[in-house]
Formats: sequence, C-alpha cells, structure tokens
Amino acid sequence: MGLSSFKRALWVFHIATGSCNGCDIEIVAALTPRYDVERFGIKLVGTPRHADVLLVTGPVTRPMAERLKRVYEQTPDPKAVVVVGGCGSTSGVFYDSYNVVGPVDKIVPVTAYVPGCPPRPEAIIHGVVTAVAKLEELTGGKR
Amino acid sequence: MAETQNVYEIPIGPIHPALKEPIRFTFQVEGERIRGVDIRTGFAHRGIEFMGMKRNLIQTLYLSERICGICSISHPIAITLAVERAAGIEVPPRAQYLRVIYSELERIHSHLLWAGVAAHELGFDTLLHLTWKVREQVLDILEELSGNRIDYALPIYGGVRRDVAPEQIPKVEAMVRYYRGLLDELLDAFLRDPSVEARTRNVGVLTAEEADSLCAVGPTARASGLSKDVRQDRPYLVYGELGVKAITPRDYGLEPRGDVYDKAVVRLLEVAQSLDLIETCLYEMPEGEITSFPKIPALLAFLKKAEGEGLGWHEAPRGEVIHYIRLEAGVEEPIAWKVKAPTYSNLMSWVPMFRDQEVADIPIIAASIDPCICCMDRVHVVRDGSPGTVLKEDLLRLSRAKTERIVSGARLSVPGSRPTAHGLRTTDYGGGL
Repeated sequence: MGLSSFKRALWVFHIATGSCNGCDIEIVAALTPRYDVERFGIKLVGTPRHADVLLVTGPVTRPMAERLKRVYEQTPDPKAVVVVGGCGSTSGVFYDSYNVVGPVDKIVPVTAYVPGCPPRPEAIIHGVVTAVAKLEELTGGKR
Repeated sequence: MAETQNVYEIPIGPIHPALKEPIRFTFQVEGERIRGVDIRTGFAHRGIEFMGMKRNLIQTLYLSERICGICSISHPIAITLAVERAAGIEVPPRAQYLRVIYSELERIHSHLLWAGVAAHELGFDTLLHLTWKVREQVLDILEELSGNRIDYALPIYGGVRRDVAPEQIPKVEAMVRYYRGLLDELLDAFLRDPSVEARTRNVGVLTAEEADSLCAVGPTARASGLSKDVRQDRPYLVYGELGVKAITPRDYGLEPRGDVYDKAVVRLLEVAQSLDLIETCLYEMPEGEITSFPKIPALLAFLKKAEGEGLGWHEAPRGEVIHYIRLEAGVEEPIAWKVKAPTYSNLMSWVPMFRDQEVADIPIIAASIDPCICCMDRVHVVRDGSPGTVLKEDLLRLSRAKTERIVSGARLSVPGSRPTAHGLRTTDYGGGL
C-alpha cells in the first residue's frame, strides 16, 4: 500500500445503521482540523450516487437493513465499503438483540473493517485508505 | 382566487445528508411554508433494555454506555445512581466529586459538538471547523483521565474507576484556562454575528407555555425561559453543595424567546458554567477512596444479593435522563430496566417549532434540540411474537385501562404500601443521596 491511493480525491458517504453516535462523531472529528482528511481530498458527500467509499456505522437494525442494501446499490462501481466500529464488524455488545440483523457483512459485501468502540480517527482514516488500496488491487490499478 | 389544496408532502429521511442519524420526517408544505410534520422513529432501536435484562449488572453498565456515544457518562451515571439506591450502596465523597468533573467535561464536549453541527447546518462550515478544533482540547483531557476519547467506562456502582492523579490536575486547569480565554471569541462567532443571527433569530420558536406543556427538558426548555435543570431541582451527587442554577437567556441579558438563537445562548453559557464547576470540584475534592468496592467479584456478589428498586436521574447535556432499575436477590441480571433519554422528552417540541417555518430552516430546527436518536429509539411493541403498530386509539385504550387500574388499586391500598399499576410498591425517591 503506497500513497498511490491518494492519487484521486475520495468521496465518502456515511450511513448510520443504528449506531450509538460514537463512531459518527469520530468520523466528523476525522474531517475537522485536528485530523483534517480533506487535505487528502477525502470528503463527505450528500448522496451515495457521488461516493467512492461507503462508511457504515452501527450494528444494522431491522428497519435499516433494507435501506443499507439500497444505498449500496445506489453507489456506483467500483466502490469500497468500510465498516467503522465493533458493532458493525461483529455485532459487538448488541449480539443478542431481537432488532439487530447485522453485522454489516451479512447485508452487503465489506472491503475493510475498522474495529474499536469507537475507533480513533486515525484508525478510521487508515481503514478508508486500506479499503481503497484493496480496491485498486482488485481492479488492476484502475479505478 | 378559488381555494385550492396546495399542500404537498415531503419525506425526509431516514437516510439524508441533513440528518446524522436515522429518523424520518414527513412534512406537509404549502409552497415554502411547513404546515405540519409527522415524525417516524425507531430506525436506531437496538433493544438495549431487553439485552440489559439478560446480562449481569456490570455488563449492563457498559451496555448503558453504548446507548449513546455522546452521553457515555450520563447514562452510566444515571444507572449507577439507580442501582446504588436499589442496593443501598454508599458512594465515597471523592467519587461524587469525580463524577461531577467527568460529567461536566462531557457537557463541554457535547455542547461544542452541537455548536459545530449547528454552524454546519447553517452553511457556516468555517465555524464548524473552528468549534471542532477547539473541542479536541476537552477530548484530550477526557482521554488523559479515562484512556479513551469516547466511551469512557468511568462510573461503576459504588464510585468511579479512575482517579484524577495530582500530575493531571495542571492539565485540567490549563484546559479550563484555554476555554475561558476562548469563550468570548465563541460568543462573538455565534451570538454577535449578523448572518448567524439572521438565520437563528425567531426561527424554530418554542414558547415557554409550549415547552412546559410538552415537558421539554434540558437546554431546549431553558432556552424558552423555563428554569428547569435536574442539578438544581433535584440535586444529586454534590450538585446541591455546588449550587448549580439553571441557565436561561436572561443570564445573557436577553428576554427568552425560545428560538434557535436562545438555544445557542444557553448551550454556550453552560460551557462557562461547566468550567466553573470543574474548577470548584478540583479544589474542593476531598482525599479518600474512589470506590466502595475495589474488587469487581465482591461487587458482583453483593449486587446478586441485593433486592429493591431505584431511580437514578442526571442532567445530561441534552436534558434529564432517568434510569429505573429493579433487582431481585439471587438473580444477577436486573429484573426491570427502563431508560428515559432526554431526546424522548424533547421530540414533541419539534411540532410547534416546525410550524409555519421555511423548508430551508428544517436542518437547523431539527438540530436545535440536539436530537440524539440512538438514545431515544427504544419503543417497540411485540405482541404474540409479532411486531405490531400501536395506533392512537390503542394508546387511548391503554391509558384509560391504566387509570382504571390505578384507581381501583388505590381503593384497596393501606397507607404506607400502595400498590401501583405495575404491582410494585411505591417508593419515595427523595432528592439527594
């Protein structure tokens, strides 16, 4: 993985599927001056149709599963899905709930996992970069 | 012109860039004016109470932290207070001061977070970046004291898990000085800026009568001029000795109007109030133990033997949070656990706030109560194994049946042990510890 991942600007769409806000505020923290991912061209966009990367937080509650699938389908290929947080990666503390149908990889294919409850902003940035490097590998360097 | 029906419906959510969390609004609009709003919740419901009642109390404590990542001190404080009342656990004085310090640090981070989000909703991204940049200082202190930026795992039944070491005190003091020096700049940026004022003055008004009748809590109620703060009205921990007063726009020399501007006033002044409280606690904090149960197995064994019910309340950054817990001897998990989060109380204040406002003001009005959907989404009805929807008529019927039960129960009662609708004895939840 080199800096080639940063050759193009990455547009990210964030979808909360019943998360506790912990990961969500760390994603915003990653965008704001202390971590400032915008200097790499990573920015949050308002619709999945403009996005390269989907950042998924939360354990996927029953009503959100269908919506997560739809957002995934609306994102143009090639795309990377990054799960942020322990509950999205493995269901975490919500493993035995009646209203949780996750983890995320049961619903949509996942490129990278960022564990932690919540992960630090550095880890989230690392996760996005890892996912894109993996994507480049899969598509033979073309993106 | 003939009367025509020109009302259209605009659905917003559950996934929408103006909303950070899943919730759905259906607006009835006439041109640019909002005539009505319907709110559909439940997208973030994870069944936390249900899971908590299957786990032991220590696991439930950490689960309560995951109700909301922003209030990850408020919920544990409320549940520890509830369990301590139920089981009769004493909290050492130093731990009470430490809990106040931690919860006020959380208030600072939460209010600055809100200020940034509000600026973003107004299209003032420079201000978002400024507030979130200065917010990192309080997160550094929280990380210094707890080891984590979010989800601190600090309160435990009978005390707190970490002390403030003598070498950490100067760092906290430096943070207090930093924010004091910055406060005027923040007030300038938010309250004396003509464009912010134009977008927030007389927008999303909640009058004092509406706030009162809809039971709004926290900054949402205080911005309407209600002097309502759990720390003042029902003091707990050491808030009584600290003499906390509810902050309203009057403290800034303004007559409360209950609009978005007033909500910003209250939240920014509360940052200053929290700084004072932290400083006072640092100086007045006595030496001593930080928990009455240093060993977790001993705590678990004690809790397993405990029996009773308790209510814990706390003024979270968004308002009053209440946890109710019931314990039974010989059972590790709580028999009942009920959480009432502040956004649940504030939700209905959206209805008068949105009325006759412009479509463009939807994001800032929605953000003005500082909604925390993940705290609030906890109502789900399962009957005969299949989820169902409760209609208004059902609720009315349930409500009437409950009144009937209470009335007939009261007739049978003898003084001192009054059975209530849920079959429990009523307990006097007197203020203080």
